[in-house]
Amino acid sequence: MELLGHLADGFATSLSPINLFIVLLGVTAGLFIGAMPGLGSVNGVAIVLPLTFIVPPSSAIILLAAIYYGAMYGGAISSILLGIPGASTAVATTFDGRPMAQQGKAGLALIAAATASFVGGTISVILFTLFASPLADVALAFGPPEEFALVLLAFTTFVGLGGDDVLKTIIMICLGLALSTVGLDLISGQPRLIFFDQPGFYSGISFLVLAIGTYGVGEILYTIETSKSSPTVTPAKITFKELKYGFKEMNKLWKTMSFGSIMGFFVGMLPAAGATPAALMAYGLAKLTSKNGDNFGKGAIEGVAAPETANNAASTGSLLPMLTLGIPGSPTTALLLGGMVMWGLVPGPLLFIEQPDFVWGLISSLYTANLAAVLVNLALIPVFVWALRMPFTVLCAIVLILCLVGGYAPSQKLHDVWLIIGFGVGGYLLRKADYPMAPLVLALVLGPLMEKSFRQTLISEQGNVMAFIERPLSGTFIALSVIFFLLPLLNSLRRLARSKTTADNPAE
Amino acid sequence: MVLADRLIAAALMALSVYFMWHASALPIGWEGTSGGPGGGAFPFWLSAIIFLCAGGVLVRSFASNIQDAGSYFDPETLGSVSMVVIALVITVAIIPWGGAYIALPLFLLWYLKIFGKHGWFLTLCLTIGTPIFLFMFFEVTLKILLPKGLTQPLFVPLYAYFF
Amino acid sequence: MTYKITRRIAIAAAATVGLLTAAPVTAQDWTPERPVEMVIMAGTGGGADRLARLFQSIIQKENLSTMPILPVNKGGGSGAEALRYLADNEGENHLIMATLNSYYTTPLRTDIGVNIEEFTPIARMALDTFVLWVNADSDIETLDDYVAAVQASGGSWKMGGTGTGQEDSLVTAMLENEFGISVTYVPFSGGGDVARNLVGGHIDSSVNNPSEALGFYQAGELRPIAAFTPERISAFPDTPTMGELGHDLVYWMQRSFVAPKDMAPEAVAYYTAMFENLSQSEEWQTYTAEKALMADFLTGEELQAYFLEERAKHADLLESMGEGS
Repeated sequence: MELLGHLADGFATSLSPINLFIVLLGVTAGLFIGAMPGLGSVNGVAIVLPLTFIVPPSSAIILLAAIYYGAMYGGAISSILLGIPGASTAVATTFDGRPMAQQGKAGLALIAAATASFVGGTISVILFTLFASPLADVALAFGPPEEFALVLLAFTTFVGLGGDDVLKTIIMICLGLALSTVGLDLISGQPRLIFFDQPGFYSGISFLVLAIGTYGVGEILYTIETSKSSPTVTPAKITFKELKYGFKEMNKLWKTMSFGSIMGFFVGMLPAAGATPAALMAYGLAKLTSKNGDNFGKGAIEGVAAPETANNAASTGSLLPMLTLGIPGSPTTALLLGGMVMWGLVPGPLLFIEQPDFVWGLISSLYTANLAAVLVNLALIPVFVWALRMPFTVLCAIVLILCLVGGYAPSQKLHDVWLIIGFGVGGYLLRKADYPMAPLVLALVLGPLMEKSFRQTLISEQGNVMAFIERPLSGTFIALSVIFFLLPLLNSLRRLARSKTTADNPAE
Repeated sequence: MVLADRLIAAALMALSVYFMWHASALPIGWEGTSGGPGGGAFPFWLSAIIFLCAGGVLVRSFASNIQDAGSYFDPETLGSVSMVVIALVITVAIIPWGGAYIALPLFLLWYLKIFGKHGWFLTLCLTIGTPIFLFMFFEVTLKILLPKGLTQPLFVPLYAYFF
Repeated sequence: MTYKITRRIAIAAAATVGLLTAAPVTAQDWTPERPVEMVIMAGTGGGADRLARLFQSIIQKENLSTMPILPVNKGGGSGAEALRYLADNEGENHLIMATLNSYYTTPLRTDIGVNIEEFTPIARMALDTFVLWVNADSDIETLDDYVAAVQASGGSWKMGGTGTGQEDSLVTAMLENEFGISVTYVPFSGGGDVARNLVGGHIDSSVNNPSEALGFYQAGELRPIAAFTPERISAFPDTPTMGELGHDLVYWMQRSFVAPKDMAPEAVAYYTAMFENLSQSEEWQTYTAEKALMADFLTGEELQAYFLEERAKHADLLESMGEGS
């Protein structure tokens, strides 16, 4: 009950007029930063962090939380409207969000994303409040073998889903994994795959560069071709009736959303995993369990709701290892961690005991920020949808400029901008030949984690491969990934058998 | 279409060989002493899988007797696509020398006026408005400096004003 | 109009502050005319990054620079990317770099065409310390227990640390040489990751910086065995130094700033004064005391001499590990 008292205190501070103003400001700024291809919460937090030493810490926390949430909501906006995932966590949102926008249902998709994010945020804050302390121990049990098994699981949920050409999907996964090894080999400390001796490759190929290249530039080239440079666009408008319809639709999805939230929270809580595998696994699970699973990838509203609940829940979950173990799960949490250190807080198991007002203040700030983000987001949906009604030749020019600048911004290297153009042209050619892009991009995100944990395990176990199966947690995950991998195979076999019997019957 | 499919598969095979060549600079086998695969193992064997699968796509295209489903490039729009790509390359090539604030407006000017055939009013609004937005948003607000090239001295008074 | 007035007041205020703190540099002959890039030789979130961002916020809070200092991470290739960037920007006055020990080791291990002798030294802010840690649940209480346990394991003792060839692996090599033991070195991507895996029992020991293990130490989950410092660290008064135990093992992580070759002397003076003021700020003093950092300010020629001496030491260390040129 003491806990509820802390939470109430936190809410009291976060709801004061000045803090409410800060929240609205932060959320709006975060939304726009997140909606820019290439920029995300990390940019917003990096800018605001030094300012937090000037304002009182309680306002500082709430401003950071507001930007964090605002940018997360914003990421979904660029995924849906432009088809460019602003962060790796939003890749799964493009699977169905983009098709919906192309069918003129951008408004509905945005409503779905906003409501789903809100539900995910709410459920995860409740889970956090109830179970924060005991769950820290679960995170500790995660060593390299468990990390490997979890990434494997994330991969199989995704691979099993692909309706695309199997050979081409495998090629794209391997290409993504191979590209992820560019740069420095952590284990031996040696540089590798430094193409043409360009120093830019020392830092590897970042997700944003590949995503902006393939989804941004590549997609625009593809649209220029298919639209035959006619300036017509899909009519997109939003009315109050649509809003009401959207909420009614979302009301039916409570099961998908609660699954997504719980899964997102638990996967996000594990150190090193984070929101990307969480969103993927939630999408996979939703597709497997949904009655209209065949519609996934063609603009199913559940396909937007599931990953959006999960990635929002996961970002709350990922605060847990940061606070209790001092392990940042993402660049943004790394910055927040740096901020905590500067405020004189020591992250660790004692933080919850010694600094309860900070911890619960942060949680209640997150909740307030989440509420503010959904309201601001819903209010701004007409503005975002209106942007889609620009003539195509204007929209393309602006998006191309944003791709170039957004690609330059994170590491400030022209090298990355050249890569974006290269990936854009390459992605365009590959997409025309029916090579799927999502496995490429996701493999690049998950690849480094997979290789690192695999090799760390083998080094510490003196090369014993059985180590992955012998440990209970990693063994379970591996068993699950085998099931996930085989399930679609079994399904298609059953379907094949059934169609064969129906095909055979009339002949007899 | 079939020809393009074959060409892309062959290109992927060539790319994977290039990757394998790079990766083999580091040990690609199982390291007895330290346990586990060497530093080059992941990129090497992954590229090997790409090689095999792309080979599979190539073989499949010869084995199948599917009719050629239209041409890979749309001859009507191939020109527009390549023009945009060339414009992008020129834009990025100008940046180190002329800076982003010359290259990007030039791109917009070309895209809107010549490629998009829009009127002067819209073109000029966007060509002038975009750099101002970029400066205010990226440099002043987010403190991310864009490359300036030759135009560097022109920004000194602006920095003195805004920071 | 209002703008002009506030600006004048700001200048006057800055001048007064300058007079009061009596900055050692004779007047401000040179001030940056645009924001200053602060390249960080490591990725986001590591110890070096956190410290660099701490400096940035103190500079901003205390108004130590007329233009903003903008941190940019160029951690690729253990800092190879940052070193090349510095080398390519010869004579640039608006660029400084936050360094760590990879400043020496990276050019020694791979040929990237960079000679650190050419760079302009600015200021050394601190020396970070190293401590040998074990999980508090283990029976190991002393260094002798530790050596005995490692020997008994027959080479399967798991020592966690940052990437191979980086500081933790060098300290581990020093340990192995000194005691004639051999361990299995498991590289992780950051010090925080190492500490967590030690608490979770996935590795057996680590040589974390105190700041990375402090939270767990205070919670009683990690136990310090010995410090790689000449004197006891004030935050761990009960932990003996290696020297006390009869082993001459000392290793530091330096936290310094350098600038490109041929930076204008006025600019060097400006940045040196900025960091000197920073080193006297209250925030920095508290931080170093809490985090068991040795604030050891050094500039100019002396700093360059220190760099070259350290580089020679690291060359020997790497050679003893059977690596490097």
